[in-house]
Amino acid sequence: MSKYSMNSKDFYKALNDGKLIGSRCKLCNAYAIPQKLICPTCHQQESEIIDFSGEGKLVAYTVISVPPVMMAEAGYDAKNPYCVGIVELEEGPRIAAQILEVDISTPENIKIGTPLRMTTIIRGEAEKKANYLAFRPA
Amino acid sequence: MAQKKWSRNVALVGAGMSKFGAFPNKTSRDLFVEAFLDLKNYVEKGFDPQKIEAFYLGNFSSDQFEKQAHLAPILASWIGISPIPTLRVEDACASSGVALRQAALAIAAGEYDVVLVGGVEKMTDLHIAEVTEVLATAADTQFEIPAGFTFPGFYAAMATAYMAQYDAPKEAFYYVSIKNHNNGALNDKAQYNQTIRQIMESKKERAAMKGRPVPGWESEMDFLSDPKGNPNIAWPMALFDCSPVSDGAAVALLVAEELAKEFTDEPLYLIGSGQASDGALSDRTTLASIPAAELAAKKAYHMAGLTPVDIDLAEVHDCFTIAEIMATEDLGFFPHGEGWKAVMQGRTARNGECPINTSGGLKAKGHPVGASGVGQVVEIWKQLQGIAGDRQVAGEPRVGLTHNVGGSGQTCVVNIFERRD
Repeated sequence: MSKYSMNSKDFYKALNDGKLIGSRCKLCNAYAIPQKLICPTCHQQESEIIDFSGEGKLVAYTVISVPPVMMAEAGYDAKNPYCVGIVELEEGPRIAAQILEVDISTPENIKIGTPLRMTTIIRGEAEKKANYLAFRPA
Repeated sequence: MAQKKWSRNVALVGAGMSKFGAFPNKTSRDLFVEAFLDLKNYVEKGFDPQKIEAFYLGNFSSDQFEKQAHLAPILASWIGISPIPTLRVEDACASSGVALRQAALAIAAGEYDVVLVGGVEKMTDLHIAEVTEVLATAADTQFEIPAGFTFPGFYAAMATAYMAQYDAPKEAFYYVSIKNHNNGALNDKAQYNQTIRQIMESKKERAAMKGRPVPGWESEMDFLSDPKGNPNIAWPMALFDCSPVSDGAAVALLVAEELAKEFTDEPLYLIGSGQASDGALSDRTTLASIPAAELAAKKAYHMAGLTPVDIDLAEVHDCFTIAEIMATEDLGFFPHGEGWKAVMQGRTARNGECPINTSGGLKAKGHPVGASGVGQVVEIWKQLQGIAGDRQVAGEPRVGLTHNVGGSGQTCVVNIFERRD
């Protein structure tokens, strides 16, 4: 029995513990991330929380020069852009995350299909300080 | 697909809009009054506003943009149609396209005969960073936004998937922007009624006037491929790939088919309507198309008994240039992977085989998000009535389609209108 619940906020509780959690349906074996009580494939409610491996590959990305407030506060701007993407995980489902350690100076050279491994990145200060999901080349 | 028939048919008897742009001295209600007065000019036989039985308003977030929620009854009172039932429909940037469909369904159900549909958004009061924050609430704020995504970012990510899958060059996106500005230059209601070339020349003139080095741009492509003229927003989407932040309102008058001729001898008929939804961008198995758009289109075509070749022109949701290319494919005008070639070949130009966004689209006309869906209907109204002036499509178009998307494809609504002789 996992220490995390199906409540959506527990995804970030797990992330704070360095874990990437999702769910697996005991009936049809479909995976979901973040964890979902109701299976997105067979729509039954026999899902259990599991740890994802954190391995995946890049399927889409962008390099953002005009950041939202949260990212601006983390130090990003037109002179210091960042990469964010959609990662297809080894288990099948995809998730959005910041992509670290890729060459953002030449976005056209970032390769879709690049193998990635999960990490976390801390953003914000004081009471706003929190762990966010990120990936880096494996 | 099971055929469900509406109990009765719905006609469009007029549509109007405010000018789209940035209007620091106007609020939502002022823009809405302007749009309503414009509508009155276009209802051929005139109409008594007291005959309106209900008002459906598309509005994304006046509560965040203007600190004014519960907007529909206020607008109704401002145009003098209280105490009829009013409601606000919120489906992000598809709000008024969905409001129109809901209004049509209420007429089809027999509850009302005459319904006013509007859309409004007043976005420019806030600083750009705050606008970005408000728009972000149309995405999944628990799992997509914390990753660092922005709306340009979502579409940019789709663009990278599209480019990789179909070997499309970044330059294809410039063609969308150039085309839509060419159209917007002919639309006096557009926020940017200037061609890209005019914008480029005015930037050169301004540099010369200020004694700065004059950029050496000779063509639109020079200008658009220079980060000094066209800075990156979210690669590969640059400034001129993005629709602007806008203020504006649009309205349409829908009536039961049997009453249409009381308002005009040349009504349009809503012959097809479809809507679909989807989860987060990361939940999709494809990122090179918008599945909800394909499904909404399929439903609308099925209801209309038409196929994509029957559509004479379309207003599609070009919030970003990549979105227009995907839309022309999702709507079936071109096969998947061919839309980027079609725009480069001029096939979607005003004089092309498949005119797209003759109004200037969201790119040049402006994108006051809650007004955009009905704004599209205003252009279809004008084109099918033959009153689109300098941007009128030749050949007396008979069937027009609108494609309105909310979020990064979580909502899509497609409506098809027909003129009958």
